[in-house]
Amino acid sequence: MADKYSADTIITETQKRISNAFDVFDHESNKTVDVREIGTIIRSLGCFPSEADLHDIIAELEEEEPTGFVRYEKFLPTMTKILLERKFRPITEDLLLQAFEVLDQQKKGHLEPEELTKYLTQEGEPFTQEEMDEMLSAAVDPDKNVILYKDFFH
Amino acid sequence: MGCGTSIAVENQTHPSETDGSIRQPSPALTIKAAILIQRWYRRYVAHLEMRRRYTWNIFQSIEYAGEQDQLQLSSFFSFMLDNFTHMNGNGPDLISHLLDSVVDPLTEEVRQLKYEQIVVPESYCGPRLSFPLSVTDTNALLSAFKEEQTLHGKYVLQLLYETKKFLKQMPNIIYLSTSYAKEITICGDLHGRLDDLLLIFYKNGLPSAENPYIFNGDFVDRGKKSTEIIIILFAFLLLYPDHMHLNRGNHEDHIMNLRYGFTREVMQKYKTHGREMLQLLQDVFSLLPLATVIDNKVLIVHGGISDKIDLDFLSTVERHKVKSALRLPKRSVDHLNVHANIRSSSRQSGRSRLDSPCSSGRTSRASRRRKKHITKQGSCSSSSSSSSSSSSVCSPRVSSRNTSRRPPPSPSLPSPTDVLQVPFLDSFVSLEPPEPPRDELERQQVVDILWSDPKNQSGCSPNSFRGGGCYFGPDVTQALLQKHGLCLLIRSHECKQEGYELCHNGQVITIFSASNYYEEGSNRGAYVKLGPELVPRFFQYQVSRSTRKLTLHQRVCVAEGSALRALKEKLYAHRSDLMAAFQQYDIDNTGRISTSEWAQVVESVLRLDLPWRTLRPRLARLGADGNVEYESCFEDISPGEPIPPVTPNLAETLYRYRTDLEIIFNIIDKDHSGQISIEEFRQTWKLFSSHLGVAVNDQTIDDMARSIDFNKDGSIDFNEFLEAFRVVHKLVIKEQQQG
Repeated sequence: MADKYSADTIITETQKRISNAFDVFDHESNKTVDVREIGTIIRSLGCFPSEADLHDIIAELEEEEPTGFVRYEKFLPTMTKILLERKFRPITEDLLLQAFEVLDQQKKGHLEPEELTKYLTQEGEPFTQEEMDEMLSAAVDPDKNVILYKDFFH
Repeated sequence: MGCGTSIAVENQTHPSETDGSIRQPSPALTIKAAILIQRWYRRYVAHLEMRRRYTWNIFQSIEYAGEQDQLQLSSFFSFMLDNFTHMNGNGPDLISHLLDSVVDPLTEEVRQLKYEQIVVPESYCGPRLSFPLSVTDTNALLSAFKEEQTLHGKYVLQLLYETKKFLKQMPNIIYLSTSYAKEITICGDLHGRLDDLLLIFYKNGLPSAENPYIFNGDFVDRGKKSTEIIIILFAFLLLYPDHMHLNRGNHEDHIMNLRYGFTREVMQKYKTHGREMLQLLQDVFSLLPLATVIDNKVLIVHGGISDKIDLDFLSTVERHKVKSALRLPKRSVDHLNVHANIRSSSRQSGRSRLDSPCSSGRTSRASRRRKKHITKQGSCSSSSSSSSSSSSVCSPRVSSRNTSRRPPPSPSLPSPTDVLQVPFLDSFVSLEPPEPPRDELERQQVVDILWSDPKNQSGCSPNSFRGGGCYFGPDVTQALLQKHGLCLLIRSHECKQEGYELCHNGQVITIFSASNYYEEGSNRGAYVKLGPELVPRFFQYQVSRSTRKLTLHQRVCVAEGSALRALKEKLYAHRSDLMAAFQQYDIDNTGRISTSEWAQVVESVLRLDLPWRTLRPRLARLGADGNVEYESCFEDISPGEPIPPVTPNLAETLYRYRTDLEIIFNIIDKDHSGQISIEEFRQTWKLFSSHLGVAVNDQTIDDMARSIDFNKDGSIDFNEFLEAFRVVHKLVIKEQQQG
């Protein structure tokens, strides 16, 4: 029996993970996915790319004449590389907490919905209204109507 | 965590901008923080989206797999019918009433009189309909159903009868025009969800001359209020014959109804008249029009099309002859007597799908293509009776839509186990004249219309996922639309997350009107409106039980939990086959195998095309060495307390076929008492198990039957019996206990 930790096995296992994730979005079972789902697939495999990062990746993956679809043959090597090189590492809870603290300029220990909305829809890689609404619906404490960000972390 | 540390850590990503000023982080830092949160959040949402997507895949796979199981039930019915004389003289009455087009012995006048004479007790405070119907009647019905009242059987019978008379005059294809109305509203599958229908009426108004509607099939099955839905729809149909239109769906089929709940619902709500209602419904369903065309430009059918569809031909089809997409032998008592001496037993129908390699002994029996004759003595028989049709739901199917992992089994000669050793009349089906080609083509058209699905690949291929109809590509759509000068195809049949979906370059619209179809929060429902410019406008909605809006995370969790429970039940139901296959990989008996091996086994045994590797963490545990502890996937489920003493294998089989058995028992139980005789039970079970190829000896059956008969009066409460074969999800119980 092969050594389960050999490099080959790791690559194969990685590729199988990629294949599985790809298949979830391959509605026609013809080894293509809609280019708009690429971000979701990459992120669901554990990566935290920014929108700019995704832009670059998609540019690489698209056909010479963009069809709106990405083929698995192109996706697999690109994604394998990303995973093996551990690009777009996860954001640790520490870092995330600090990010919230930075935004909490008055050091209140919580954020007002308007504050968070202002930052996330105007700064960085802005949220759409839908993304903002969805995040608020999950993040806002219904009684106090503020975002108790410290509670997100252990 | 102080700010000093904060800035020092931020150095990882960019040079520090400030010297620790607490009050005013620099704009650059703010931007960095925002991006961080955005990146994190988008990843979180993608993760949820992945879960939502595979949850959806799970539900859909199980749903379609269930529809394929329908084949088994119908082939069992054929089997039972072939052997009915063994059933203690209960004989032809057992199932034939389901299969025969019963020639109505009563004349119209007599039947009408009969219904009029049904006495409705004074104590009944529901709606009392009077024909011809008026707006008062439809309003009364709507109010009553909102109050959870039931319409008295008399009125249901009268309504069904009037509807049947009305539909007889209708053509197969109805041509409509938008010129007389502002807009026509088209709704998709409702599947017994009364709340959705009421919501549509609330948002969009009731049907009327100014507000015409088309309901595109699948009114019944699955949901609990199918009866109420068809009562409302038929009432409006009679009230506004020019402004209310119903297309037939694949669930407007009495055999489908046996499995998917409508038959049961009718029998439970209408103990006295239920059977007669179902008889009428057989006819009513088969008389529903097949298609609607608006302004000679928009074609509306329930399922879809194929490369064989021709609207001119379709309009000449005798649609009422296709009672069910599942083809079953036509028979009557006469045939029986006449052909009593014929020895050959060939089966016209009862085609079945390819079997998994692991189903005990079924393979040889079920994999035969029934072109050959199977005789008891091996002697040849007379005329051929079967004709195959790729679009019939009964045709042998390729194992999955993905790849054919196994080549189709070649027609095999009958093995000795295929033939039951019972002294009874052989089937007379072989004497049936072969279906003339025209009948065959007609049936094919109807099944294609009701069962097909659009696909993005070109061409037209048999719909292996469903077991009936076709997959049709954009080229097929284009060709048909062009041939008839149409510009748009509207269809339903598939659940869509947003309630609707466009494909084939906008030439095909799928519209689905049952929200929360799989689970609370799983999908929206929608309807589409078309005005004279024929530009579709979509309206979405979602029925919600809770007043507080659930977050995305909560909705995903609820739906996912439900999907995973369904999946675990499937695992449980195939435990022995799975364990046998697992152990083949586990040569050293460690209790563990690799993830790949685990995924492979599960996929081949359950035959569900799902992302098993992605699902693995939710279904099975990993050992310390990173391999899967395969027995852990059965841990969460335990059987309830089975009343009869049965071996685990038998319990598993009984669990797997619970639904089928329930249906069969309900049919045998003619007086709906919930009881069948021990003899009936024995016979049914014996036939069923030999049909499945499950080896159960007589003694076991007898013991089982006797132990179920508690009061020793010779009859069995089959509901109690079936209750015993439920499973229990331990985690759910724990959650409930923890409150």
